[in-house]
Amino acid sequence: MSLFSVFNISGSAMNAETIRLNATASNLANAESVNGDAAKVYRARHPVFAAMMDSEGSLDDQDASTGVRVLGVVESATPPLRTYQPDHPLADKDGYVYTSNVNSIEEMTNMISANRSFSTNVLAVNTARDLLLKVISMGH
Amino acid sequence: MFENVFGIHEQALLVHGQRLGVLAANLANADTPGYKARDIDFGAVLAQSQGETQMPLQVTHVAHITFDTADAPLGDLKYRNPYQASLDGNTVEMPVEQAAFSENNVRYQASLNFINGTISELQLAINGQ
Repeated sequence: MSLFSVFNISGSAMNAETIRLNATASNLANAESVNGDAAKVYRARHPVFAAMMDSEGSLDDQDASTGVRVLGVVESATPPLRTYQPDHPLADKDGYVYTSNVNSIEEMTNMISANRSFSTNVLAVNTARDLLLKVISMGH
Repeated sequence: MFENVFGIHEQALLVHGQRLGVLAANLANADTPGYKARDIDFGAVLAQSQGETQMPLQVTHVAHITFDTADAPLGDLKYRNPYQASLDGNTVEMPVEQAAFSENNVRYQASLNFINGTISELQLAINGQ
């Protein structure tokens, strides 16, 4: 356990936050995607974070070096928005089109949260680096 | 003569370094559902590393096994009590962790400065100028 573990811990967190930001970007880009089939329309994707486990798959109480990993990406179960647009080229036989279930407000707040978390981890890495550099120059 | 020249600061630097890792793990897991924030009780760990355990092991016979404090883990991690509960079970409170992180940072640098001061004094004594 040393200052060097900070780089691994914060690095894993920055990686996880990047994945979250990627999902947010994908969701916002597809916020207005439409499809004539409710099963095929784009659904909002969100990563699931979990604390990094040791090799035995359990979280050790006394192990401080706990990074973050992304367990997987889940699709939102909210039903897509259905609108009646019979003149739409993608409309189904009843004249309905389905818009993705992305909630733009939710995505924007998610983006801010990811941004803040990323910055915090950058700060942690910088602090550890500064301290290590000071240790290297100890006595000079 | 020089085994304890840096006094408490040598141990303090180790413990502060360890605490930095624990606090970094808390910051890293700020968005992880169910993660419980942890911290080190600095006073208790320092007392332990100084050999002042609250219940020292009495050795009254040659066959008794001595307890070497150097082998003991640097410190027990304790779970933090959150000020407010969160729905996802995460107990990391960003302001608390950030404050603890910067406090730990300052203390680490303070110990480092004391060590640097001792080194300069020794160099002054060696060189005589």
